[in-house]
Formats: sequence, structure tokens, C-alpha cells
Amino acid sequence: MISRRTFLRASAVSAAALASGTRAALADNAPGITDTEIKIGQTMPYSGPASAYGVIGKADVAYFKMINEAGGINGRKINLISLDDGYSPPKAVEQIRRLVEQDQVAFIFNSLGTPSNYAIRPYLTENKVPQLFVATGAAMWSDPKNFPWTIGWQPNYQTEAHIFGKNIIATTPNAKIGVLYQNDAFGKDYLIGVKDGLGADHAGMVVKEASYEVSEPTVDSQIVSLQDSGADTLLIAATPKFAAQAIRKTFDIGWTPVRYMTDVSQSIAAVMKPAGLEKSKGVITAVYGKDPSDARWRDDAGFKEYAAFIAKYMTPADLIDSNAVYGFGTAATMVQVLRQCGADLSRENIMRQAANIKDLELPMLLPGAKINTSPDNFSPIRQMQLATFNGESWSAFGDLLQG
Amino acid sequence: MTAFAHQLFSGLAMGGIYAILALALVMIYQATHLVNFAQGEMAMFSTYIAWDLIDRGMPYWAAFALTIVVSFLGGMAIERLVIRPFANAPVLTIIIVFIGLLLIFNSVAGWQYSYTIKTFDSPFPARSWFGNSFMSSHESGAILVTFAVLALVYAFFRFTPLGLAMRAAAQNPASSRLVGIRVGWMLAIGWGLAAAIGSVAGMMAAPIDYLDPNMMLGILIYAFAGAVLGGIDNPWGAAFGGFAVGVLENIAGAYFVGPEIKLSVALLIIIGVLVARPSGLFGRMLVTRV
Amino acid sequence: MTPMTIVSREPAALPAKPILGLDARLWRRAAWALLAITALGLPFVASGYHLFQFSQVLIYAIALIGLNLLTGYNGQISLGHGAFFAIGGYTTAILVTKLGVPYWATLPVAGAICFVAGFLFGLPALRLGGLYLALATFALAVATPQLLNYKGFDAWTGGSQGLLLSKPYAPFALPLSPDQWLYFFCLACAALFFWAAANLVRGRIGRAIVAIRDHPIAAETMGVNISFYKAMCFGVSALYAGVAGALAAIVVGFVSPDSFGLFLSLSFLVGIVVGGLASIWGVLFGALFIEFIPNYADQLSDLFGESAKALPGAIYGVLLIGLMYVMPGGVAGALRSAPRLFSRLFSRAKHG
Repeated sequence: MISRRTFLRASAVSAAALASGTRAALADNAPGITDTEIKIGQTMPYSGPASAYGVIGKADVAYFKMINEAGGINGRKINLISLDDGYSPPKAVEQIRRLVEQDQVAFIFNSLGTPSNYAIRPYLTENKVPQLFVATGAAMWSDPKNFPWTIGWQPNYQTEAHIFGKNIIATTPNAKIGVLYQNDAFGKDYLIGVKDGLGADHAGMVVKEASYEVSEPTVDSQIVSLQDSGADTLLIAATPKFAAQAIRKTFDIGWTPVRYMTDVSQSIAAVMKPAGLEKSKGVITAVYGKDPSDARWRDDAGFKEYAAFIAKYMTPADLIDSNAVYGFGTAATMVQVLRQCGADLSRENIMRQAANIKDLELPMLLPGAKINTSPDNFSPIRQMQLATFNGESWSAFGDLLQG
Repeated sequence: MTAFAHQLFSGLAMGGIYAILALALVMIYQATHLVNFAQGEMAMFSTYIAWDLIDRGMPYWAAFALTIVVSFLGGMAIERLVIRPFANAPVLTIIIVFIGLLLIFNSVAGWQYSYTIKTFDSPFPARSWFGNSFMSSHESGAILVTFAVLALVYAFFRFTPLGLAMRAAAQNPASSRLVGIRVGWMLAIGWGLAAAIGSVAGMMAAPIDYLDPNMMLGILIYAFAGAVLGGIDNPWGAAFGGFAVGVLENIAGAYFVGPEIKLSVALLIIIGVLVARPSGLFGRMLVTRV
Repeated sequence: MTPMTIVSREPAALPAKPILGLDARLWRRAAWALLAITALGLPFVASGYHLFQFSQVLIYAIALIGLNLLTGYNGQISLGHGAFFAIGGYTTAILVTKLGVPYWATLPVAGAICFVAGFLFGLPALRLGGLYLALATFALAVATPQLLNYKGFDAWTGGSQGLLLSKPYAPFALPLSPDQWLYFFCLACAALFFWAAANLVRGRIGRAIVAIRDHPIAAETMGVNISFYKAMCFGVSALYAGVAGALAAIVVGFVSPDSFGLFLSLSFLVGIVVGGLASIWGVLFGALFIEFIPNYADQLSDLFGESAKALPGAIYGVLLIGLMYVMPGGVAGALRSAPRLFSRLFSRAKHG
């Protein structure tokens, strides 16, 4: 017994096959590619505990709208289907299967969340669907040998913590380090990274590790415990809200450790201001992009381009949201890859081009930082620069470091 | 030793907020014998209203007062429009309605105000006589506000005719009706008061906790634990429970079990108390007649 | 203080008059037959993705039966069954990935472990009256992801990253895709558990647990061992949730602390109330609701424009409250009263 749907689908497919005789001459384009459209998909946590990151999806959609209004890519418009997964991996698996099997998208772009991407990676690898520029900083996405269809984008957390660790050894070799970390893949990656960066012989420098849950109201208790341990260096592997609390509490209790903070929370507007600009002085972070709320970029051409995009395609509150900057960057990288594909939009070629980015500069990357990928290098961005907060903005020091 | 003092005081600071929210829970419980799972989200939404008013230029205390009034009216409206139709429904149906409310408030706040955190200023000046290195002036101020709210609520129920009427309606609806008390409206006022108290909890929490739509869930769990610990039908008990839970979770997290499982500490408190003394430390013992 | 009314007491009597010439028993048989045909024929017409969704429906149905036994029939409110679901899921995941146990053999183990866990939780729960138990289980649901994330267990649980399971292929070289095979596997398990629960409820034990819910004091005087039955009920319901969790781990192929949050536990409660308390077959509707309505809410929210990405939760909440208003007894409750309404309509028509 054939259902009506199967019958209709079969007729449509055969009709299309008959009609597209000329199309078949080129390499088989991926599903979701037509003469006028490139259909791609992603899952984002629009609801649930991680919903703040939904702005990334919003920025992706807006950016592609901008590209479409300027004519699209080689005459095709990009159609990004962005679904909610509530940061729940089973839901992500379901939505990705829907995108691939029902909506027939060409590939998955910029899906967010380490657990979700980890859960869908086997399925996408088995079905040879590109999993491009995953929106997580976990270290595992750069594994072209075992997972040739999956590629990350941002410098991973371990790289960043590695840079911190090396800097600590270089500047304060006898430091006692306390680590405040979020009790999930993000925070734990930091812990691994900093211990890795310190190396086996300096591993004893970490005197206290204190974790917190996203559902907890404050981290004040953890900060007090960390102070109690005698640490004089504090590594804050926390998302914006908790980073702000941590910075404020260390100041309030009169504790003055050297504070290193993850770049995830580097936004002046979202973290330093709520914590208190005076209280945030001296915090060190590693940056790879421009903070839109930092006055030093006000006359920068790249920032102006970004601001114009926000003004036209998003809401004013999004300007200072680092998630919007992130989406702006990943979408631009995607567009570059699609342009490089030219007429061949098969999944193989899309993946090949994603692994073939040479010296791409983006408006909101640090001056001099470039995106590079190759068949053995699936980490597009590897350069970061250390910067200190001086009460008003981030002042960079040292060179562009490679993680 | 100073670390211990720090833990103690920051525990008291958050405990004050748990106490206020626990008070709101008790209000609704006393009137309806139901626990409002959506109380936290309602408080969070009220805090967003306050933030919106302040953002548009209203001075803090004016916004504070207006938010309390709006929350009071809103609480009453919810009781009349959403809860009243379910007056005779089974308990579980009502719990589902609470869950629905929880989802609605959370989503709408996220939709209207987005999920990026917002700063909510403290009304207390940064350096004042009651601030010290253990507690910021806001935290001390929050504890003072807790006591003020408790005192006001106590005075309201003990010394005003309306308070008396509400207590009567909760204890014995049938007889109250005979005496002429509009029991339905007493329920609505109860909800309004709970919403107003909840809004105070939210406004006190936001400067410490930073305002975002998911701010209150953790606080709600601790408030539950506090209300259960102190006795869910006793306002003073619930307040004490809130403070106790605040201190206990900090001390336990710092010295005993590690911060990873602080929430489980709340769970253990709830279960432990309920097993050992089901009515809480200060609640009334209930005797069922066979 | 009167005992809390958990379920509205609607008599589930069959209407005396036949409807459209067939009596109710035959209508029921016809409904079951239709259901069986649909369930068995589905894998051959539905795509892999849809089968995946329906497998989830079956999994939720098993968990919901368990919860319904505890809450619907026995009157103990649990908002924390996601925890048992998680224990079952992790048991399977750990056994398969760390110890190489074949996936089907993990189901009894998951069930047994959850039974013990449920029984142990049920013991202190004996002293908790309805509301307090709801609170305690609510706290359990919130604490579950944190406990799963605990670094002491990392070596076994895979920490916050979780554990991946590979997709099982059909045995005996059956010409079925993994999706189809898993669907049938879930269907077989669901049928088995349905049947077991239906028998339980109809028998002596079922009567005992309903008596405990409605008239605990009378039941005790009649010699029913309340503590034993209540704790057993908790254990059995946890067993069901655990097996469902184990199946979920196999079908999704992944477990992590983020898979078992508060929303899952709340969804279970929503599922049994929507389906209808104290109704075994009602859980099917409940399972369909919690699987498909969130997606539906997502699509509805698109009507509000692009910025309304956060709105699905609110739409889901509104749908929930609306449904409760229209059908306070759940779908099963509504369907129970339908024959009466139906026959009343027909008899009115007959009498002009």
C-alpha cells in the first residue's frame, strides 16, 4: 500500500528528473540546491537555558537576507531554515533529521551546542552531509581524519586556556591558580586546556577548582572558596552573567588576584559594565574579534560595516551583543565558501571548499587575523591576542598568538 | 575564619531573597492549599516591568512602587481569569495550568526583552553605613527589605479587617460565606499579594543576580526548600527557612560536598525535613481523624 | 483536612444503548484493530525521520504508563520521573559503550536498577503527602542534570559531553533499515508493557492501589499493606520510566546531562494529564501530544515573525491551559463521556 504522500513525491521526483535533463549533465548538486535557491539548515537553542545564544541564529538569517537582497550567490538565494532545539540533544537529533530527510537541505551550518553537535555528528558523517562551522568551541571538531564532514570555526576553548597557561608561566611562574568554571562541556574544556597549557611539571599550580551550574543564582560562594584557597590568579571560565558576578564579587571581598577571563564573556556592555567598570580593571582575556562596545573600534572600517548591517537588518540592542558579531562572522565565512564553489554545489565540493579557505579577512576579526583551512587543518581561526581591560576598553598587548 | 564569615553572610543575603519568595509561596498555599510553580516566573516578569520603567526614565522608587501595584493587579487578574475556571478541577489539572503559566511567562519575557542580561540597579547607595566587606550594601539592604515585608504582611493579617477576612476565608470558606465574606475575592486578593511580594523578591534579586528570563528558577527551588523547611503554612517559618537554606547551601557547598551538587543539597533538605518532620520546623502538625 | 482529589470521579460505565447499531465493546475492538494495523503498517509508508518520531512516541508512552500507574492510579504525584528515565538511559549507555553488552540485554538491567531506585525513593516518599511529594520530586527533576554532570562520575558517564551509542542494525539479516527495526523493537516493548500494565490494573493489585488513592484509611482497615503497595508502585513506575529511557538511549544514540532536564519531567506530567489520568490507553494521546505539539507550537510562532523565536514556549503553555479547560479529564476522560453524549444526541433525535 503506497500512501498518497509517497505517490506524490515519487511523481514529483520523476517529473523533475524528466524536466531537468540538462541539469543532470553537471555534477549532482546537493539536495536543496535549485537554480534559484540554496537551502541549508541549523538548530539553535531559541528556548531553554541557553537561549541567549539564539541571537547567533538570528544574525545568520539576517546576514543571508542581506546577501540575498544584493543578488544572492551566483544568482541563487540562500534559504536558512533555523529550528529550535532547546539545547536538548535528542531534540537536536530530531530536528537535524527533519532538516536532512524532510526539508532536504544541502548541509547543516553553524548549529550550536557541544552536546547537540556531538550527538548529530555520527548521523551527518554517515550520510555525508557537511556539518559546517559548528557554533561551539570544543576541541573535538578539528578531526579531518575521522570526521571529514565536520568543521569548527572559532578558536577552541582549550587553545585559549593554553594561551593563558603559557602566559601565566611566563609572567608569574610561582602563581597559585584558582579556576571558576561552568559545569558543562564549555567550562570543563577550559580546565583541561589550562592544565594542558601549564604542562605536567606545572600542573601543581592549580590549587582550587570550583564549578557552578547554570541554574544557580550566584557564584559568590565559589569565589569565597577560591579566595580561601590562597590562590593569587583566577581563571574565570564563565558565561557573561556569571563572569560579571565573579568579577564584582572578587572586588567586593577585597581580593585582588590576576584575573583571566574567557573571551566568551569579553563584551564590555554585557559583562564589564554590569560588574562595574572600576571593578573590572586588570582583567585579562584573549580576543580574536572586535568587541562592538569597545570605543577603540569606533572609527574602524570593519566595525562601521558591522554597524550598518545591524542598523538595517537587526534591532539596535543587538549591536553590542557578541553573539551578533559571531553570527556576522560565521555567515560571512559561509558566503565565501559558497562563492568559491562556483557552479559545483555538490556536497563534496562544498566540503572541499570549506577546507580550502586561504587568508580570509573579515570585518570584525582583529586586524591581521586571517581564516585558513586546509585538508589537515579544520580550525579556521587559530589566532588570538591577549588584552587587558583598562577601565574603559581592551588594550591589547603582545603579538597575535597562534594556539 | 573570614572565609566562613563570607560564606555565612552571602548565604544570608541570598537567603533573604529566598525568604521573600517563600513568603509569596506561603500566601498562595494558605489561601488555596496549592503551591504555585509559576511564582518565580511571575516575579521575574514583574522585575522586567520595573526594568522597563526605569529604562524609560522613571526614578527607582517610583518604578518600584508602580511595579508592586501592577503585579498586585496582575496577580488578581490571573486568579480571576486563569485559575478561577479550574476551581473544581482535579489538583493535577491545576498543576498543569501552573506549568503552562510558567512556560508562558518565561517565553514572553524572552520574546519581549531578549535573553541578554540586563543590569538592574540597586536602590541602595554603593557605600553606606550598612555595607561592609562581607555584604555589599545592596545585600544588607535586601535583608532589611525582607524584614520590612515580613512585618508589613504580619501587621496586615493581624491587625486589619481585610487580613482577618482573608484568614477566615482560607480556614473555613463555608462559614466565612455565611458571615458575608466574599470568598472568591479573598482568593484573588491573596494571589495579588503573592504576586506583589514576588515582585519585591525579583527586584531585590536582580542587582545581585543580573536580570535574564531564567533568573528565578534556581531561586524558586531554594525558596521551595525554605518554605518546606520552615513549614509551608507559617509565614515566619517560611522566612526562617529561606535564610536557613541560603546559609546551608553555601556552607555545604563550600565545606562538605563541593559546589557541583549544591542543588542536590536543596533536594536533600526538602526530603530530609519532610521525612523527619512533615509539617516543617514551625508548621502546624496535622492530625487526620479516622 | 480532606484528602486531595487527584482524579475527578467519573464513572467509566459503558452506555446501555448501542450507537449506530454497534455496541461499545465492538467500537472498542474496531478502534484497537485500526490502531494495530496503523502501528504495524507505519514503517512501510513513513520515512526514516517520521519513524524516528513515532519511536519516540512509543518510548514516551511506556514512560507515561509508568507515571500514570503512580500518579493516576495510586495518587502519588511525581514531577521527577525524568530522573528515572535518565538512570535507565545512562545504564544502557554505560553498559553498551563501556562494557560491550548488546543493546537488547541492557533493557532488563535498566529496568531492574530503576525499580530498586524507585522503591528506595518511594520509602521516604511514604511520609510525604501529595503536595510535598510533588515538591520533592520537582527538586529531584531540577537536580538530575547536576548530578549527572558530577565530575566524580565522569569516567563512567562521559561527563557533560555524554556518551554516543552506535545504531543497531536489524538482526537475522531482516530486510529492515535501522529506523524500521528500532521502531518495531519499541513497538514490541510498548505492547508488552501495555499488556502488563492493563493486567495489573484490572487485577487485585490494581484495585488495591486505587483503593489506596481514594480511601487510604478504609483500605488499611481492610488489610491492604499501604507502605508496601505504595513503595512497590513507585518501583514499578520507575521501572517503566527506566526501560523507556533505555530505549531512548538506543533510538537517539546519545545520552548527556542536557538530555534530561526539568522540561522532560514536566512533559511527562503534562502527558499523563492530557492523555487522561488512570487510563492506560489514554497515554497514547499524551505521548503524541508531548512529541508533536512543541513542533507545532514552533511552526505557529513563525506566524508572529522572525523575532518570535522565543514564543513557542508561550504558545505551548496557552495550548496546554486551553486543553485543560476543554478537557479537564484529559483525552481519555473526554472520550469516556463521548459515548454518553453521543447516545444522548441520538436518542434525542429519535424522540424528535
